Amino acid sequence: MTIELACHAGIGPAVQGTALVADDNFSARYDLDRIRGVFSRPQHRLYGQSYCDVILVLNTAKGGVATAWMLHEMASRDMAPRAILLNSANTIMAQGAALAGMAMCDRFVDGDVTTLIRTGDEVRVDPAAGLVIITSR
Amino acid sequence: MRLSDEEQAMLAGEMGPACRWAIDHQLQVGRMFDAADMVPVSQAHMMADPESLGDAGVGFVEGLVKDGARVTVPMITDPRGVDLSHYLPLGQTEEMAGLERRFIAACTAMGIMMTDTCINYQTIMPPLNGHHVAYGDTGVVIYSNSVCGARSNFEGGPSALAAGLTGRTPRYGLHLDEHRRATCRFVVEIRPRDLMEWGVLGATIGRMAGSYWQVPVIEGIEGAPTSDEIKHFGAAMASWGSTPLFHMVGITPECRSLADVGGESLDATRIGAEELADLGAPFSAVGEALDVVVFAAPQLSLVEMGQVAALCAGRSRASGTDLVVCTSAQVYGDAARMGYVEAIEGFGGTVLTGTCFYQQYAREIGEANGWTRLLSNSAKIVNILGGYGYRPALASMADCVASAEAGVILPAGEGGAS
Repeated sequence: MTIELACHAGIGPAVQGTALVADDNFSARYDLDRIRGVFSRPQHRLYGQSYCDVILVLNTAKGGVATAWMLHEMASRDMAPRAILLNSANTIMAQGAALAGMAMCDRFVDGDVTTLIRTGDEVRVDPAAGLVIITSR
Repeated sequence: MRLSDEEQAMLAGEMGPACRWAIDHQLQVGRMFDAADMVPVSQAHMMADPESLGDAGVGFVEGLVKDGARVTVPMITDPRGVDLSHYLPLGQTEEMAGLERRFIAACTAMGIMMTDTCINYQTIMPPLNGHHVAYGDTGVVIYSNSVCGARSNFEGGPSALAAGLTGRTPRYGLHLDEHRRATCRFVVEIRPRDLMEWGVLGATIGRMAGSYWQVPVIEGIEGAPTSDEIKHFGAAMASWGSTPLFHMVGITPECRSLADVGGESLDATRIGAEELADLGAPFSAVGEALDVVVFAAPQLSLVEMGQVAALCAGRSRASGTDLVVCTSAQVYGDAARMGYVEAIEGFGGTVLTGTCFYQQYAREIGEANGWTRLLSNSAKIVNILGGYGYRPALASMADCVASAEAGVILPAGEGGAS
């Protein structure tokens, strides 16, 4: 089964990976233990789970500006998501993706991306085309 | 995006590889947000602490220096991550300090002014109504947009640096009139009594607004808050909601009336004591042993330094409870001259200069000093530090100092009025 999800054109390279999904928001400073590569904020719905090498699917960004540098720092150690998909990115997420060379897309035509994609789905992300394809569920 | 001849030349590398990186970065971001062109900026302000940068980020900036990078507009910096005069007692390492020194050297070589402050609107050069700027630090952006009437998106460190190099930024988001109109409306039924309560109110509205692209308009505030009050209000709103702009009817410059920002057609959400208590409830820990009191986020103004000093005078902290105050170098000089630093240090507190607590390897200094239970009057900092392994709690400035003296978190009001 293949499902195509159109979105606004994003940033970064085309990538493929396994989705990790939550109806929650994202800040690299507020939510992550970047040394261990896990969500560390106890209130986060992905608390304790690794974000490395996954297609991370969340609602929106929250908090401050540090994520713009932190995505680059995480990617330099190969401890970063392959892509981040959001219902609504803020400016910081886009700026961080641009520096890190990380795939990022938002504004999905068919609605809430945290319900359109499920944890464990195999997903292909093509930011330039504004297209995300669920290749296997 | 439409580019001018000068911008085309930047992209072609005619102004060097650093400028080419900068405008290419800006084009990627601008296209994602449908920017039509670029807009000149009068100032840039960069958040770049070494914990966020890491070795990779510092190396990247050093590479720009080797490529001849030089800023073209006045560019200043957010708080640093290491106070180089006080890092070993804090439990920071030589490696952290070394990273900080390398980054400072790189910034200085590019012509960046190391102001190291998140209260530049109180201490350096506030922007004027209508100024387009490229500011980092959410507290700086929300104050500058809302209180000063300037126009800035959240510019993370890389984008602020790019703006400093090119002298412009993509024209999207809050540079455009249509994104400055109110999208949600709140009626405040209770006026905050101190800085902590102003922060809780801002946090409550930010949490309800919930997105960078929401613009709250707020009614019910009779009489203008002080600069410090609206500073805590805005910083907390930006932290909890990723909110870069609010309007306050009759108080902020773009909103003399509700109609000025299109707010009259929006449904109003009322905010009273119950809503504020709901936000504050997870940050109550009365009776628990207290490891550290922190006054920071944002850095303290001179007025706040005087208030903390007055509360500390003639008292001492409990032996098991530390007190940390973060301010800017600009404020520190006056605070020392006026005896405020001496009063805080006489209490047993530590005054850090040019840093902010959560930006200075908060996890590592917490582990080094055994700090878990933390008390602050900043609704911003308690939102941040949970992910760093702290158990943060909120209290007024007066209750924070009284609790530091007692070594346990006291009930609200025990410390007297702030």
